[in-house]
Amino acid sequence: MKQNSILERLKNGILSENPTFVLMLGMCPTLAVTTSAVNGLGMGLTTMVVLAMSNMFISLLRNVIPDKVRIPAFIVVIASFVTVVELLLKAYIPFLYDALGLYIPLIVVNCIILGRAESYASKNGVVSSLFDGIGMGLGFTMALTIIGAVRELLGAGEIFGYAIMPESYVPCSIFVLAPGAFFVLAALTAIQNKIKIAGEKKGKDMSKIGSGCSEDCMNCGDKGCSKRFYGASDEAKADVKETVKEKVEEVKEKLEETFEKAEDTADEFLDKVENKVDEVKDKVEDKIDEIEDAVEDKVEEIKEKIEEKVDEIKEKEDEKND
Amino acid sequence: MIKELLIILISSSLVSNVVLSQFLGLCPFLGVSKKTETAAGMGTAVIFVITLASAVAGVIYRYILVPFDLTYLQTIVFILVIAALVQFVEMFLKKFMKSLYQALGVYLPLITTNCAVLGVALTNVQKNYGILTGIVNGFATAVGFTISIVILAGIREKMEYNDIPESFKGMPIVLITAGLMAIAFCGFSGLL
Repeated sequence: MKQNSILERLKNGILSENPTFVLMLGMCPTLAVTTSAVNGLGMGLTTMVVLAMSNMFISLLRNVIPDKVRIPAFIVVIASFVTVVELLLKAYIPFLYDALGLYIPLIVVNCIILGRAESYASKNGVVSSLFDGIGMGLGFTMALTIIGAVRELLGAGEIFGYAIMPESYVPCSIFVLAPGAFFVLAALTAIQNKIKIAGEKKGKDMSKIGSGCSEDCMNCGDKGCSKRFYGASDEAKADVKETVKEKVEEVKEKLEETFEKAEDTADEFLDKVENKVDEVKDKVEDKIDEIEDAVEDKVEEIKEKIEEKVDEIKEKEDEKND
Repeated sequence: MIKELLIILISSSLVSNVVLSQFLGLCPFLGVSKKTETAAGMGTAVIFVITLASAVAGVIYRYILVPFDLTYLQTIVFILVIAALVQFVEMFLKKFMKSLYQALGVYLPLITTNCAVLGVALTNVQKNYGILTGIVNGFATAVGFTISIVILAGIREKMEYNDIPESFKGMPIVLITAGLMAIAFCGFSGLL
């Protein structure tokens, strides 16, 4: 199938990159509104409309929006469509509006929509972006309906409000309550793990199977979850990497320079110290010589004086003898 | 008045816990709960941001959107205000409160992606809370988030050395833990 053709986009969204079963994105609404198949279907279709419209608009605007403010711009587009859809639901399908309640405006923060805007619509043409949105939305709808049906079946014995289980079945109502959502999702991720492990053993590429934001929120950026508002594009990331490299080189050079300077200064200082020491030595030696000379002179003087004295005394004695 | 605030405090933090019964803020709940310390850090940052955001969103709703009859724009306005607020808080902390920034800085960008922040702002409007009540509700919701994420982190630390079936390693067992915690938190509904 041709890349980016309508059919390929639909298949991609529903099967190979199903947002819930494969990518595990948008878990908050998945857990919250799937208390019944109808709610799941309604939420899925609502999200699909927003996803398709925002994908189309963002693709139309992709050359107008400056790269730096693109995430806030995407958010404004998405939030506008969510508001439109919310008002439409309130006017025409009030029971669904009441059932979904808070989770309709919260479609704005659904990872899937911003993720598609960032990773697909901002790089591709209008038609394929529209169908990418529809495909992803259908995949999401399918997943929510299935999860909703399972929960409704186990929790109330019904699907779409029709009794399925025999009357003797006692509904396990915990599955319609909050804890049931966690258990269903746990089972789902366990199945996903199983498939992933089996696939890896056969040597297939299973890297597409993500676990949403579950592993580490910090790595979610690649899928469009974290850094949602101020996230950098790949180019910007590359830019940052280069700048960092340059900075590191600069710092290295500076450090090396500083080291050299320090060594030079140390050498100079040592030289100075040696010179000083030599000087002092010379001076001391000079002084010692001087002192020695002086002492010798003094000794000579004293000797002469003594001799003179001796001579004097001798003369005096001679005179006396005479 | 005080009684009403107390009831909101208990019901938002324990009875209708933001993560375990409303499924808001699941990303950080599952993603940042490997260690108790980081979980507590995340919780503190969430308390800080949600309380601030519900105050700002409340003021904007009451004094700008309602007088000009623009309440239908609340979703767009709130999401932009929250995004700008988190960015602003991050810059402010970085500049003026270095130590607090070092403690919370990593978590702040993650919080913008937290649907709990937007959820609280919208709930406050939906339930017609005044500004003070809204702030209390926001604070209580965030406290509820912190309680549950710290508990989950504690359990996960203990679980590290357990023998878990291969397919259940990683997320599935954490989700089951969360489910059991949700059952436990259901017990709080008898409080009110």
